[in-house]
Amino acid sequence: MANSMARSFLQVAATEEVASPLRVVQIEGLVILKIIKHCKEFSPALVTGQLLGLDVGSVLEVTNCFPFPIREEDEEIEADGANYQLEMMRCLREVNVDNNTVGWYQSTILGSYQTVELIETFMNYQENIRRCVCIIYDPSRSNQGVLALKALKLSDSFMELYRANSFTGEKLREKNLSWVDIFEEIPIKVANSALISAFMTELESDTPVTQCDYDRLQLSTTPYMERNMEFLIECMDDLSMEQQKFQFYYRSLSRQQAQQQAWLQKRRSENMARKAVGEEPLPEEDPSNPIFKPIPEPSRLESFLITNQIANYCNQINGVAGQSFNRLYLMKSLHDK
Amino acid sequence: MAASKHTVLQFNAPSTASLSAKVHPLVILNICDCYVRRPDQAERVIGTLLGSVLPDGTVDVCNSYAVPHTESSEQVALDIEYHHNMLVSHQKVNPKEVIVGWYSTGLGVRGGSALIHDFYSREVPNPVHLTVDTGFGNGEGTIKAYVSVNLALGDLQLAAQFQKIPLDLRMLEAERLGLDILKTTAVDKLPNDLEGMEVTMERLLALIDDVYKYVDDVVEGRVAADNSIGRFIADTVASLPKLSPPAFDKLVNESLQDQLLLLYLSSIIRTQLGLVEKLNTAADQIL
Repeated sequence: MANSMARSFLQVAATEEVASPLRVVQIEGLVILKIIKHCKEFSPALVTGQLLGLDVGSVLEVTNCFPFPIREEDEEIEADGANYQLEMMRCLREVNVDNNTVGWYQSTILGSYQTVELIETFMNYQENIRRCVCIIYDPSRSNQGVLALKALKLSDSFMELYRANSFTGEKLREKNLSWVDIFEEIPIKVANSALISAFMTELESDTPVTQCDYDRLQLSTTPYMERNMEFLIECMDDLSMEQQKFQFYYRSLSRQQAQQQAWLQKRRSENMARKAVGEEPLPEEDPSNPIFKPIPEPSRLESFLITNQIANYCNQINGVAGQSFNRLYLMKSLHDK
Repeated sequence: MAASKHTVLQFNAPSTASLSAKVHPLVILNICDCYVRRPDQAERVIGTLLGSVLPDGTVDVCNSYAVPHTESSEQVALDIEYHHNMLVSHQKVNPKEVIVGWYSTGLGVRGGSALIHDFYSREVPNPVHLTVDTGFGNGEGTIKAYVSVNLALGDLQLAAQFQKIPLDLRMLEAERLGLDILKTTAVDKLPNDLEGMEVTMERLLALIDDVYKYVDDVVEGRVAADNSIGRFIADTVASLPKLSPPAFDKLVNESLQDQLLLLYLSSIIRTQLGLVEKLNTAADQIL
């Protein structure tokens, strides 16, 4: 009697692996330091680099990374860039570094990273790798005393929509997708080998107060807030432009519908007249008439991205404002003492 | 009397007597990581140090990479092609980084090191040799830097002596932030703004408590008074700006109001975003 418990090898091979959802990204301290150094060196220019690591269950481990050279807008450099990547991967393989690409990192200024290029890069990566993640580092926040590191992933529903390349209102309502659903932020965990932590504690004993605390306690946040507000205002302008596009579209759509109705009426009356005379009625539709041409609906992708951006800025402002409140109250109480 | 030529043992003293090296923590981490990943039969890891030489002669070591090598009791072989490939790749990203020396793990300098040092001195005039003791030989992880000095007898090269040079750990501020996280083997999540603020305030409170206790102790006579510390404390307290209470209150209130305004603005914008979205997706139903 065939044991129903034991599945044949064929069955096991046939069942598709269900990919467990990515729950956490585990980064090694080495990678963090490398990213910080690279982004800081080249700030304010934006730089990118590749992440290497392992994909284990619901944890994505990032164990190493290397930076990309700044590419000038030149076609022959394209091949160079690919060569550089291959060369680096090969060399790192020889010293037993994990050779598996798991994503890329990029630096940003004040959180303005939601662009179409980001999405396109994501799609490019997603075709080859099952799970990839993008790490965003903001070097301008480090003088606030905060390590601004974020791991992002495109949500699956968004990816399907993007592949179909349709961002019309109905589709979005179908999937119940709003602008918060485009990017998913994944929590980051930091892991270190024991050797490294031993060395680090050796090198820098636990001082009661670190430089980072001094940075956090600084009272002046105005320059940072000002820049944030500037970016916010620009984004609002972009958003209102997008709104106008939509309004124009709707207006022209309704105008077109009105025209269509009018034309239909005329046709019907003509047909009545013809019937009275006894001729063939004309068809009620006329595809060659330009008023029947469907107007393309503008894609909502841009507006979604912009709203994401704005939300990001708002969040940042909230965070910094919260910190400032703390500081101000602290100062007040200190002074009273 | 025939004039005998005295051959004197010459120490070619390094012209840069004040040569010192500064190391970024990234380099140490890199070395540790390479050590952990070394192939099983290798005892130590050898690699190249990249960086720059500052105008005052200090060598600033910013980056490093490991170079595969084979080592036996008689000879050492280094993969030179790999070394050059990595160098070219690294320089594509950062053309300012040049070879400044090489590193090896393990305590002390060994015989084979002189040969490797020779190789590196062909690339750079005065390479720095860094040893990182990953075995914690002395009960601590010692990191030392050396420069080679040639001992010559007339024209004959006798030996190369490795002289220790002072080594400093230098960090960028941003790296310092990351360093806090690195001290433990695992951190569950990166602290966000408010949590970091909390930690900072706790630390500040602890500091103030310490100072308080110290002053109390001195006043009660439990601890001998140290004039310099006393002066320091007096300076700190005096550095609080002398503002009359109403003026101070006005300052604080104004800042508070600015922050509140910004918060209000951001909440309005978020409401606006919600509205916009509803309008955009719902408008189709009207048509």
